[in-house]
Amino acid sequence: MSGAASEAPLLEVRGLAMHFPISEGIVFSRQVGEVKAVDGVDFAIGRGETLGLVGESGCGKTTTGRCILRLERPTAGQILFDGQDVSRMERGELVGLRRRMQVIFQDPYSSLNPRMKVGDIIAEPIKVHGVEPDAGRRRARVHELLSVCGLSPKFADRYPHEMSGGQRQRVGIARALALDPEFIVCDEAVSALDVSIQAQVVNLLEDLRERFRLTYLFIAHDLSVVRHLCQRVAVMYLGRIVEMADCDELFDNPLHPYTQALLSAVPIPDPRVEASRQFRAAPGEVPSPINPPSGCVFHPRCPMAVEGCRQARPALRELRPGHWVACSEVH
Amino acid sequence: MPPLLEVKQLHTEFRTGAGLVRAVDGVTFSVEQGETVAVVGESGSGKSVTALSILRLVADPPGRITAGEVLFDGRDLLGLADEEMREIRGRDIGMVFQEPMTSLNPVLTIGRQITESLEQHLGTDRQAAERRALELLDLVGIADAPRRLRQYPHQLSGGMRQRVMIAVALACNPKLIIADEPTTALDVTIQAQILELMKSLSLRLNVALIVITHNLGVVARYASRVNVMYAGRIVEAGSADDIYHDPRHPYTIALLRSVPRLDRPRQARLDPVDGQPPDLTRLDGGCAFRPRCRFAVESCGQAIPPLAPAGEAGHSSACFRSAELGAARDVAA
Repeated sequence: MSGAASEAPLLEVRGLAMHFPISEGIVFSRQVGEVKAVDGVDFAIGRGETLGLVGESGCGKTTTGRCILRLERPTAGQILFDGQDVSRMERGELVGLRRRMQVIFQDPYSSLNPRMKVGDIIAEPIKVHGVEPDAGRRRARVHELLSVCGLSPKFADRYPHEMSGGQRQRVGIARALALDPEFIVCDEAVSALDVSIQAQVVNLLEDLRERFRLTYLFIAHDLSVVRHLCQRVAVMYLGRIVEMADCDELFDNPLHPYTQALLSAVPIPDPRVEASRQFRAAPGEVPSPINPPSGCVFHPRCPMAVEGCRQARPALRELRPGHWVACSEVH
Repeated sequence: MPPLLEVKQLHTEFRTGAGLVRAVDGVTFSVEQGETVAVVGESGSGKSVTALSILRLVADPPGRITAGEVLFDGRDLLGLADEEMREIRGRDIGMVFQEPMTSLNPVLTIGRQITESLEQHLGTDRQAAERRALELLDLVGIADAPRRLRQYPHQLSGGMRQRVMIAVALACNPKLIIADEPTTALDVTIQAQILELMKSLSLRLNVALIVITHNLGVVARYASRVNVMYAGRIVEAGSADDIYHDPRHPYTIALLRSVPRLDRPRQARLDPVDGQPPDLTRLDGGCAFRPRCRFAVESCGQAIPPLAPAGEAGHSSACFRSAELGAARDVAA
């Protein structure tokens, strides 16, 4: 882990599981199965660190983020935030936690209330938590947050529909900063933006991290942005972490066959590099999390799979310093 | 031999509450038999409207094709009667759209969606059409084809639906397929499968491909020629190698510089394109990229720069300073 090894991590997730029940029938509703969205996930994030959580749709990365924020109540496992287990906290206890943990969502169109002015959107958390009862000072704070996020204070009186996607995302970031949080979950925070705007927002997130010593969980499917922004990366597949390592180590020496398939699938914006690349598509599709394959969940698509992979679920092992892999066939 | 498709000075406008929007404003490009051409741009650049205009699928109102020619196999598609155009669509030109769920009919079986087009366009009888549908599903890599033919779109995954869309597009042996963000809604490993499939089929069956996308990586992997669009116009056109290694338009240069690279460690902060995307209702008589351009000079505000030769043969740029920009070459390397 980067950062001082002696210091306790800000966030530690142990054995996190989130299983959603599937029920059938209306009058006599009964549970007929469950979706194992997150199925035994462990990781830690140091103070000031950015951990990238990557994977394809349905791998459980967003649900992991929602559990940490306690927007979901996890089925099992512990979530230690600053040493305190928040996984079983009740509503009332969570209020204090919410001030320290915030979220930036993907879609700047649906995550801002269209009937509220931008200033009121940003002021709302300050009001709800009773941080600044004085309306004048609250307004000053909103203006400060807008300018921190690169927007002119005059936007406070506008509505979200009057702004572009990039500007709206800046409003979402300003709102997340309103309570001076320590930790922010960025859930696909730049994915919906156009290429030319995406870089602006990535730089903003980086500046804010330094300026306010923020810790990020950066959930994304765009691996190039993750490589640019994160110090460490965890790759998820079907509810489990299959590989975790320092950023450059993971992208330069991927060990898990799924990570290798994922990286080779991403086209590089350079035709000369592309022409020289060996590319092999991973066969098949991601199986259903309702009835995941036995043993290693990747074995039906894995080019390295052997008989043993069907039976035992491989544990995440540290094969090189700081490089963890859940595959019994790599050594 | 003339090109398979020649789009000349195409103009498409939309009347909106905010004013007149020239979504496509004088677009000219061509596609040769069997080649893959990319149209790349960001939201609102006019790339999708260009595709819809070629197919004459722009909803009127609010949209209207106001000028230009679309020569396909020697015929001007814009001059055809609706009836004739309907025959060409789906027979000579196939289409693949972004959202396979909304472009397939939810109440028809997969088999019916393929056979319908065969019966409609080629007058194939039921049985022959069904045999051909089986063949097509095999061709696009769908296992267990006889069972799949009887299923409905909702029973298939996103990647599988996109394979069906490709099968439908290929059904009548078209000469051209227009694919509008064909893999944007798909996960990256599935995206790679679908693009490989389209590329190999296009080579094998000698079908030309227009790929419309915002993804610079996809363009680099699959296209031989590239058209970059900004605010309704093509601002740069050339071979993929020219565009990525000798870009001559400030927008292309800025775009390539702003994307982080997966294949190399972080070098420095990203270098974003400054400013906001253009408001198409407020364009003036100058270059639309001027407010965000680091190379802008006074003359950029006085006239819209035309697409003119720059660099190697076949490479053109719509910038008054394209010759000087040669010094900024190889931003991708």
